[in-house]
Amino acid sequence: MKHVSVPDVSRRSVLFGTGSLVLAFSLRPAFAQTTVQGSEAQNFQQVEQAAPDLPGSLKTNPQLDSWIRIDADGSATVFTGKSELGQGIKTAVLQIAAEELKVPFASLKLIGPDTSLSPNEGYTAGSHSVQDSGTAIRHAAAQVREILIAQAAGRFNVAADSLKAEGGAVIAPDGRRATYGELVSAELIQVQAQPTSKLTPTEAFTVMGKPQKRIDIPGKVTGAPAYVQDMRPDGMVHGRVVRPPSPGARLRGVDASSVEGMPGVLKVVQDGSFLGVLAEKEWVAIKAMRTLSPLAQWDESPTLPGMDDLPRKLMALPQEDGIVTDDRKVVSATATHEATFTKPYQMHGSIGPSCALAVLNDGVTTVWTHTQGVYPDQKAISQMLRMPIEQVRVIHAEGSGCYGHNAADDAAADAALLAQALPGRPVRLQWMREQEHAWEPYSPGMVTKVRASTDANGNVVDWTYEVWSNSHNSRPGPAGNLLPARHIANGFQPEPAKLQITPEGNGDRNSNPLYAFPSRHVVWHFLKEAPLRVSALRGLGAYMNVFTIENTMDDLAAAAKADPVEYRLRHLQDERARDVVTKAAEMFGWKAGQTAPQNHGYGFAFARYKNLAAYCAVAMEVKVEPETGRVRILRVSSAADAGEIVNPDGIANQVQGGIVQSASWTLYEGVTFNDTRITSVDWSTYPIMRFDALPPKIDVEVIPRPGTPFLGAGECSQGPGGSALANAITNAIGRRIFDLPLSREKIRQAAGQV
Amino acid sequence: MVALTVNGQSHQIEADPDTPLLYVLRDELHLHGAKYGCGLGQCGSCTVMVDGQAVFSCVTPVLLLEGREITTVEGLGTIESPGPMQQAFIEEQAAQCGYCIPGMMMRAQALLQRNPGASDEEIVAHMEPNLCRCGTHMRILAAIKRAGGLMQMAAGGSTTDTAKRAG
Repeated sequence: MKHVSVPDVSRRSVLFGTGSLVLAFSLRPAFAQTTVQGSEAQNFQQVEQAAPDLPGSLKTNPQLDSWIRIDADGSATVFTGKSELGQGIKTAVLQIAAEELKVPFASLKLIGPDTSLSPNEGYTAGSHSVQDSGTAIRHAAAQVREILIAQAAGRFNVAADSLKAEGGAVIAPDGRRATYGELVSAELIQVQAQPTSKLTPTEAFTVMGKPQKRIDIPGKVTGAPAYVQDMRPDGMVHGRVVRPPSPGARLRGVDASSVEGMPGVLKVVQDGSFLGVLAEKEWVAIKAMRTLSPLAQWDESPTLPGMDDLPRKLMALPQEDGIVTDDRKVVSATATHEATFTKPYQMHGSIGPSCALAVLNDGVTTVWTHTQGVYPDQKAISQMLRMPIEQVRVIHAEGSGCYGHNAADDAAADAALLAQALPGRPVRLQWMREQEHAWEPYSPGMVTKVRASTDANGNVVDWTYEVWSNSHNSRPGPAGNLLPARHIANGFQPEPAKLQITPEGNGDRNSNPLYAFPSRHVVWHFLKEAPLRVSALRGLGAYMNVFTIENTMDDLAAAAKADPVEYRLRHLQDERARDVVTKAAEMFGWKAGQTAPQNHGYGFAFARYKNLAAYCAVAMEVKVEPETGRVRILRVSSAADAGEIVNPDGIANQVQGGIVQSASWTLYEGVTFNDTRITSVDWSTYPIMRFDALPPKIDVEVIPRPGTPFLGAGECSQGPGGSALANAITNAIGRRIFDLPLSREKIRQAAGQV
Repeated sequence: MVALTVNGQSHQIEADPDTPLLYVLRDELHLHGAKYGCGLGQCGSCTVMVDGQAVFSCVTPVLLLEGREITTVEGLGTIESPGPMQQAFIEEQAAQCGYCIPGMMMRAQALLQRNPGASDEEIVAHMEPNLCRCGTHMRILAAIKRAGGLMQMAAGGSTTDTAKRAG
């Protein structure tokens, strides 16, 4: 990636290579209209639905050639608006396209998110990539294949249903053959998708449903430029930003003359409280940043709540109640169980600090970023730069895993701002470790309270649940959701979050248990003020809500003198839920009445992500050292149901990763701060999972569901993973801990009290 | 001017002597395998080998490295002909985002070069400094185990296909 050319920004003028018979990329009509109208109020977080009857993201991008292009040479290109975040989406959508188009997997090309080229699929979030983009590509590919077959039928003068598509060609029973390149013409697939498609049945799959090696791994393990961090266009310079010492700080003044005079330094950029440096070399930029930092004078103010009594402070914030479900009935109960759980603020903690590349050429700013949403970023950055949206182009380039809304968009905005100071020179901007830790938007601190009433058999007859949480979404779209846009002179303020109760949920995600409780009442106490900057971390509220439900189910099972797995099954009517629970228990060798060896514990948990995506159950064995509070995970069995399977190994990788990541949240993680500054600013003050707490393997079985819709699986194991771990620890030490994280100190104390 | 030997090649580098090796590798030699993660020696994503030892390149100034043998992930093989460690990571699909992986591979390489038959416990203890956030740990351990096997087969002169690839 030595040379990075900046292609023409106009969508309509983009021509794809040479020899293409599909000359122009047709813009989705509905989206084109909203752009032309230039509606500033248009909320990009909810992409316009042009054709609500169509499957997946065809709803918003109904043209077939938004997704699939066939060139005159027969080569096929797939377009997706979903970003590769390490979840393997590139490989999965290519499997889907290869299966339905009937072309070899390795022959396909892929264009990822780019505001000039790709469909607008909003954000890559919420385990929607295969559900939305995969579904759209599957139907588009199947419809393109059928169009080509119909074309061949005309040419061969035979019935279409006598033809078959194979290896990028249509073949007649008498052996006549026409390649896709021979059949395609300019307008042929410039058509709107139909609501139904002739999909390949599961039993005929040759690419989907089979483990497929990821296309990006060989490059990543051999040092090929794979990330935005590795881009190195000619003329590139390096930028660094001096961040304020605390969230409430404003820049009073800075004498930057000594830094401007440093050899290799090109410029110091100051705009309000936004302060940055540009240098020819990266190490010089870092040294300049470090020299500049103490020269800046800041007015700090105590805007943070401090750590003391944090849950009470959260519960005291101004709030508005959202009723998630109200299905209260008169029931007869013999006992009531109450518990309150708390979760600290936690961070995404990407291993690679956020990075972006931006260049200003001929009035157009082009930004390469590992964002989850190129179109929302285009809107936010153009607003921040006070430029027409057409003068900003945003292109996705892979970064380190983000796990939600981390600092990716902020780094993109930093780079865009710095690029304005040096037109024509590509600016590479990377955050420092302490900046990533201190400034990324965190997962909100939360409090949950459950009151479960049970009958004489110990079964739940009423479930009353409250969750206190900020919104878990402050993504860009509005410029005020970009960090540097808040710091520049005449800057932008974040838009206040609004309470919305939706099927997918937010802070209330998974707060309504899937268990068949006869009476229930679930409330989200939506906290309107956010003392710390917060946004989406993988799973949003689901991790904490599932944690509360699944910890409580174990305590209720214990009170009922029931086995935790059997107790869950008694309350589960959904057959697919029962199947993952039964499968995980069977894989683990779970037995009612089992007793773990001394200091060992067994734990189990289940959830269906968002109550509408993938099902997942996890069984775990841990060993706890009571003297130190140290926990080791010894054995994990997990069963998942993600509907129709695209890449079974990809799902297994996501489930395993989610279990490990949520184990890390559960055991170790909490952002720390005083009343002014964030104090967890590196890996020693914010420790995460290491190898020695983990087992050599995590078994995952994916239950096949042929012919059913895709169910997002990227976040399905975080809830059950963390909960199974907590239940196993409780089983080992005989006491439950209600305040996350389950730190060594808390475990040691709890174990000592038995 | 600093004289460095990287992946068997000598280079004269125009860099301040206090420049950490990481920036010279990435910005001067365009070797992108080693990654910036923390700049503090806390995460291991910048790990390379110096004289066979795993080293944090983000905190090692180039001035200490003259006359020493530096190996990066690019020195283990190519995309066309991956070395045993790379082959093993591909076969085990041991990556999610992959950002930490070259550092993991170089730390593991330092161990397996000394002892390709390292036990599970030795591997876990040796890998302790390196962080992964995607939760790919179990696949990384499996890949290291597999790499050790491939190295042993290659050293034993086995003629199986896998060993040939590994060689």
